[in-house]
This record gives sequence, structure tokens and C-alpha cells, in this order.
Amino acid sequence: MTANWANKRGVGAGALLAWAGLALLPLIGFITENTSFDYYMYMGQSMLIYAIAVLGLNLLIGFNGQISLGHSAFFALGAYTTAILMNFGGWPYWATLPIAALVCFLAGLAFGFPALKLEGHYLALATFTLAIAMPQLLKYKAIAGWTGGVGGVLLDKPDPPEWTGLSADQFLYYLCLFCAMSLFWLVFNLLRGRSGRAIMAIRDHTMAASTMGIDIARYKTVAFGISAGITGIAGALSAITVAYVAPDSFTLQLSISFLVGLVVGGIASLPGCLIGGAFIVLVQNSAQSISDWMKGTFALRYDVPAWAIYGVLLLALMYVLPDGIAGGCARIRAWWTTRGRREAQS
Amino acid sequence: MDFFIQQIASGLTSGAIYACVALGLVMIYVSTDHINFAQGEMAMFATYLAWAMINAGVPYWIAFGLTIAVAFFGGLFIQRVILKPLEHAPVLALVVCFIALLSIFNAIAGMIWSYTIKQFPSPFPSHDLFGNGLVSVQQLGVVGVTLVMLGLLTVFFRFTTLGLAMRAAAQNPASARLMGVRVAWMLALGWGLAASIGAIAGMLVAPIVFLDPNMMNGILVYGFASALVGGIGNPMGAVAGGFIVGVLENLVGSYVIGNELKLSFALVVVVGVLLLKPAGLFGRVIVRRV
Repeated sequence: MTANWANKRGVGAGALLAWAGLALLPLIGFITENTSFDYYMYMGQSMLIYAIAVLGLNLLIGFNGQISLGHSAFFALGAYTTAILMNFGGWPYWATLPIAALVCFLAGLAFGFPALKLEGHYLALATFTLAIAMPQLLKYKAIAGWTGGVGGVLLDKPDPPEWTGLSADQFLYYLCLFCAMSLFWLVFNLLRGRSGRAIMAIRDHTMAASTMGIDIARYKTVAFGISAGITGIAGALSAITVAYVAPDSFTLQLSISFLVGLVVGGIASLPGCLIGGAFIVLVQNSAQSISDWMKGTFALRYDVPAWAIYGVLLLALMYVLPDGIAGGCARIRAWWTTRGRREAQS
Repeated sequence: MDFFIQQIASGLTSGAIYACVALGLVMIYVSTDHINFAQGEMAMFATYLAWAMINAGVPYWIAFGLTIAVAFFGGLFIQRVILKPLEHAPVLALVVCFIALLSIFNAIAGMIWSYTIKQFPSPFPSHDLFGNGLVSVQQLGVVGVTLVMLGLLTVFFRFTTLGLAMRAAAQNPASARLMGVRVAWMLALGWGLAASIGAIAGMLVAPIVFLDPNMMNGILVYGFASALVGGIGNPMGAVAGGFIVGVLENLVGSYVIGNELKLSFALVVVVGVLLLKPAGLFGRVIVRRV
């Protein structure tokens, strides 16, 4: 895994360029006549939201080595916190984001304590159970007054401030972009410093890290908390942009899509989170056309569902590209930069 | 009192099914140290195969046997072809691989047989055993099939050379290899057996919960809970754990928390056991030397 990525030169410039490019995208809306532009903006929001969720998961799995299949539960918690605050508390949408982050941070911290004792498969198992139990918990009758039970909660989409002149979807895109940038920056700085090295040392060799004086329990639980908090913000943003929350959108499948994003983008890679987030939305959106294409080309009798594509892709990546697209790019770059040396040798 | 006995009976019935799922998990865990997240979906897929055969006019018990055989070779195939290259991969790669299998099986079942709920026939009549509404023949049949399977497995592992070789391969692969046991094939056999046991669990549970691609989700979680309660490395413990979890789940569901929160009960059991007694009730405490 690329532990030294943060010290490489050039990362800052590339990242700035990428974010600037993302920030300019909505402006196309002012020059295009395309009627489905708002829909593209909505897709952009989802991509950013997934990217944030994958970022949270990556911090935990990629950098700290704790496997979680239960991040859909924290995503749900963030979404419901926002929904309840907006619906019953009458809070403005932006004020609910820190609360959602805090609630999920605390929940993650609480789950981080049992997670301390669990490693590898066992932690995956415990979090897997959490993911499966979550929809049922959300439907529980005693809290149905707040959560809306099976039907969920319907929200109002926030209106953009008039001085901006943006459409609702453009504005929400900027909201997601702002959150994504802040969180990526936060994680970047967290990982670059002393705590980051401790977090990664725990992943690489827990016992050696502990001999070096790193407080394993504290770092692991806090990493779990921060990871859950970040994913919770993603959940809160999804509640705001979709303007609707329902228990059945937070199933194990959501956790699996985060995992897909993580593996496709690249484990322990920050740019990989953005790639992964975009990838999830692209596959979900084009599942039908991929399926039609495969039906036509291979003369299949059945529709090919998105989940089969995800599954096959996960398997294939584990064999050929275990470090994802970002890892693959890094390898190509390394190959390219060392070509002179190789030629000299031969 | 009648209600209590009914709850115990239906608890034992679901317990028998959890025991099968747990046994499949333990089978794989013992030989490879992996927790197979795809166990439930493999069972579901096998059950669909059985359903398709029965619909095509094959008698129930023949379809039952055929499905077990097909599942066996399916499990063998998965281990040899898909998991073999990842033998020395980190845990995360394996978890991702199991999750991938889970989504593939789920998606393909949905693709071929659609997501509508289907009725699965039961070989046992649904009338009461003694005519007093306490225990049905169906329930007795499920428990009976589980016990027969358990007996066969015990005989296989205790009294056959192949069973002995499998146990040797699981306990000490290096020595077993030196003694001429083909360890890699023993692992594949373990997967095959696990898939067959899962198929039995699927066919037993399908008449009760109806057949759909997501039917094993919750049951798999109970299977995990059972395996953990019994000690995940111990087959007998897994069966005992299955019955314990099945009965407890029913009693807790009907007397304490209500049926809606049953899955959360499984979550509590899983986390609780892992925290308080990771070795389970009958498992050995593993001491790791560093």
C-alpha cells in the first residue's frame, strides 16, 4: 500500500486542479441548453456523496486496517438525524450537518469499543450483522413517530439563496462539493501528521506500533468514530439532496456499494475515493444500458443486474488490480518515470 | 403454557435450520479460518435449483438429493477456481471476494427467477403431531432431517479414512501434507460439504419463509450468531448453538422485545459473544504465540 503518498511532491497541484475542475462543472449550466442538465447535477451530487462515504470507509479500512461492512448503518444514522432535525426541529439544512457528524461520531466511537477486541473476519462479521439489522431497527414501531416507520420521512429540498442565481441542483452540488473538499482536506491533514502515521502503523503492524508507544485502543476507536462521522455527513447530505429517507435504502447493499467504490477507486488512496464515488453512480445509472448491450452482444436471455456486474468486477479487481484504479495509475506512473533507468540497464 | 410449548417447538425448528447454516460456516472456518459471507446466498441459490427441478416434475426427494450433489460440486468449484488464487491474500481481499460472491449469487438468482416470492413445497404434512396444536409434523421433520445429517457427518468424520484426512488437514496442514494427505483438496472438499449442508438448510427453511433471493439474509445472521455461541471452531457446538439461539430468539421475540426486533437480538448476541466469550460455549481458547 502506498503509505508515503502524502509526502510526494505534485499531489497538491493535481488535487487543486481536480477540485477546481469539479467546482467549474455547474457553470456549464449557464451556457448549455440541455434539458437534462439538472439531472447531471443530481448525479454529480450523488457521486460526491458516495465519495465522502467511501472516504470515511477508506480511513477505516484502507488506512487503519479495520474492516467494516456496516457503514450503511452510519450513513442511515446521519440521514435520519438530518431528517428528524429538519422535520421536527425545523432546523435549517446546513445546521443539521455538524449534528449528524457528531451523532455518527459518537455512534462510531461506541461501536469502536467492541471493535477493539475484534480483528479481520470477526470485525467484518459484527459489522455485517449491524448492516443487516439496521433497516429493521429503523422500522421499529416505538420510534416510528420520529422515523416515519416503513414509509420514511419526506423533506423539503432547500432553496438556494437568491443572490447566487443558481438552480436548486446547482446549489446542492456546491454544498456537496464544499463538504467533500473540507472532509478530504481534513483527512489529508489527519493522515499527514503524527496521528496519521500512528493510524497507518497500527494497520501495518499492530504489535510493533504498540511497542512504539502508540495507544492502540485510543487510535482505533477514534478512527472508527471519525470514519463513522464522515460517512454520517454523507448520509445527511443524501437526505438533503434526495429530500427523502426510508429504511429500505440503507441495506447491506449500500455497504457493499461503498466497498465497491473503495476497491475500485483504490484502497488507502484519497483520489481513489473520488473515482470510486463516481464509479458507483455511473454503474448504477448505466446498469440498464450495460445490461442491454450485454444482452445484444452475447445473445443473453436475461437482464444482467448491476449487482452481478459489481460482483464480477470485485472479483476481477482482487486478482488483477488489488489496489484499484488509483493504485494502477500510480504503478503506470512509476513505470513511466523509471523508463530511462530501465533502458540504460538493457 | 400451550403458547410456551409452541414457542419452544418453533424455536427448535428454526434452531435446526440455524444449526445447518452454522455447521456450514464452521466447516469452512475450521479448514481455512475464513468466515464465508456467501454461505447464505449459496444456500439460497441451491434452493432455487431444487425449486426448478421440482417444478419440472422431479419427485421431491430425488430433487433434494440432486441439489445436494450439485451444491457439493459448486462448493468444490468455488474453492478450487475462485479462492485458490487468493490463498495468501490479506483478509480484506477475502472478505471482498466473499461479498462479491454474495452479490453475484443474489443477482443471478434474481435475474433468472425474479424477485417475486415463491412457494416451496415441504415433504412433510403440516398437520399436528398429536392433534393438540402444539407440535406439527413439519417441525418434527425439519429437526429430524438436521439430526440425521448430523449423524451422517459424525460417522463420516469419525469412521472413514477421508474424514480422518480432512480432520488432519484442518488441524495440522503441514504434518498432514507430509503424511500424504492432499491438503488443498481437503479444503475443497470442506467447501463442497459446507455448500451441501447450506443447501439442506435452504430447502428446509424455504417452505417456512418462502423462497426469494433475499430469504437467507436474516437466517445467515442467526447462523453466525449460532456458530459464535457454540464456538466457531466446533461443529457440535455450532449445532448446540443453533438450537440455543433458535429457542432464545423465539422466547425473547414473543415475551420481551416483540417480533420486529428479532434481528437486533442476533446483533446483540453476535457482539455480546465476541466481546464476553469469544471462544463461545464449547470452543477452545486460542492462544496466539508471537
